[in-house]
Amino acid sequence: MTSTDELRELARKCRVHIVNMVHRAQAGHPGGSLSEIDLLAALYKTTLRVRPSEPKWEDRDRFILSKGHASPGMYAILAEMGFITVDDLASYRVLGGICQGHVDMKWCPGVDFSAGSLGMGLSFGMGSAIAGRLEGSERQVYVMLGDGEIQEGSVWEAAMAATHHELGNLNVILDRNRIQNDDFCEAQMRMFDIPAKWKAFGWNVKEIDGHNMDEIVEGMDFLKSSNDGPSILIAHTVKGHGVSFMADNPAFHGAAPNDEQYAQAMAELGEVVA
Amino acid sequence: MTKMAATRDGYGEALLELASNPKVVVLEADLGKSTKSLHFRKAHPERTVSCGIGEQNMLLVGAGLAASGYIPFASTFAIFTERAFEQMRNGVARPNLAVHVCGSHGGTHTGTDGSSAQSIEDLAIYRTLPNVIVMHPSDIVSTKLLTMQLAETGSPSYTRTARNKTPVLYEGRENEIQIGKGVVLKEGTDVAIVACGVMVSQSLDAAESLAAEGINATVVDMHTLKPLDGALIDRLVASCGAIVTAEDHSVIGGLGGAVAEHLTSNTFAPLERVGVQDRFGESGQADEMLEVMQISTPYIAEAAKRAIARKV
Repeated sequence: MTSTDELRELARKCRVHIVNMVHRAQAGHPGGSLSEIDLLAALYKTTLRVRPSEPKWEDRDRFILSKGHASPGMYAILAEMGFITVDDLASYRVLGGICQGHVDMKWCPGVDFSAGSLGMGLSFGMGSAIAGRLEGSERQVYVMLGDGEIQEGSVWEAAMAATHHELGNLNVILDRNRIQNDDFCEAQMRMFDIPAKWKAFGWNVKEIDGHNMDEIVEGMDFLKSSNDGPSILIAHTVKGHGVSFMADNPAFHGAAPNDEQYAQAMAELGEVVA
Repeated sequence: MTKMAATRDGYGEALLELASNPKVVVLEADLGKSTKSLHFRKAHPERTVSCGIGEQNMLLVGAGLAASGYIPFASTFAIFTERAFEQMRNGVARPNLAVHVCGSHGGTHTGTDGSSAQSIEDLAIYRTLPNVIVMHPSDIVSTKLLTMQLAETGSPSYTRTARNKTPVLYEGRENEIQIGKGVVLKEGTDVAIVACGVMVSQSLDAAESLAAEGINATVVDMHTLKPLDGALIDRLVASCGAIVTAEDHSVIGGLGGAVAEHLTSNTFAPLERVGVQDRFGESGQADEMLEVMQISTPYIAEAAKRAIARKV
């Protein structure tokens, strides 16, 4: 069992990869990658049944990054898990590279869903969950949604259908970082009581601090143990968490740091830049 | 008396036959009674997924199933598949997941439901998507055979069926039906009429009236719009020298568009396109709609004469 200290160190390394990727590409989405990464570190290390040397293993758990722009976070954890190499991360947003701008199942080992258009991952996850049930498999499906993303109406088509079909093997992690592309969610589209909405659709709901590793591990246990219907872990996070000038700053939803900011970010993350 | 049947019933029959493959699953969006997937639901409820009135979700549930090794067939009205176009584009076509979408009640032939239900652009929009097979069969027999062949393709697809009955053309000719291969139903040397769906039988009637005037027309059932049978088009150009397309669909981007694209990049021949002239429909009986839209038999025959007159 991986200790929470080890998970925190894993997430720190991933944060370094994330900042490196967007700085090198001078494009991409650091904010949502930094908010989700503690959750991804715990998910991959403690929960997901996957085989990095056999990414297409048929009975693997599925992870679907529906907020596909936060791809640097996923590539970082895939590299740390051994699905891809750390060198592969240099291909982010580069012509021919496996690390496409948005995660793509046709390009990158370990990616189960071609994302990039918000509001699609939960429906795809629902199909994956039905497939697992038809096969009589115990495998689980985990879908990560952004909070801005749930403004897409089709998310709620899927939310309604998932409880109708009693998909206990379908799990959502909601990265509630409160910021979307243009501004704070509160300014773009108020969402009021998000847990109440999911409860009203019949989901099992748990809220956690998405940067507190003890709570995250508890949250993963909740998802694994709630199998009487679909479950959602609402993780309260800070967009850009771990880099002071990116934290809670809408400007870093989809912008890269300059060289000076990069050096500061690396210093804050405990890395010495040569 | 010509035997009549609806292509959507061919879809329903095909699903039932495909059920012997345990990987085949059926997705519905509250229109299974209309698209005819209901027979599969009754026989195999455990492999039928009700998606409610939610087409966007349905297509991506299909994508998730396809990515896990299943062969999903999803149906609703043609017009409502368009609501999920971006799901089809980004979630199905782009990752090349073999989700088979059937849009029933396509075209103005759908009739009295009126313009909101008469999809006249579905074939055009799906034809723009890489990896996607696009078909519009003409009768119940070919619809059943083509639908069954889809399960073996490994490619996503869109198939339009029709609400109302059309003449049965392929009884005893089942072996002529193959995805991507047009069928020559009548041979002539003056003009070639290339049609799809409900317009195939209209074109056969047009060829008969042309024959009475001494004009010998070839009639082709081009049930597959993509991949288009370009080799057959080239042969028609060589043998007839003039082409007419006929479809219950906008003249923009459908069969007429596909043939025009082929001609401009290959051997040239004059082309007349019979189809809906960049307008919406209205409520009316199926036969009345073909008249109002100016795509019925006499209009095809007139177009054939115009095409012949344009021969160099």
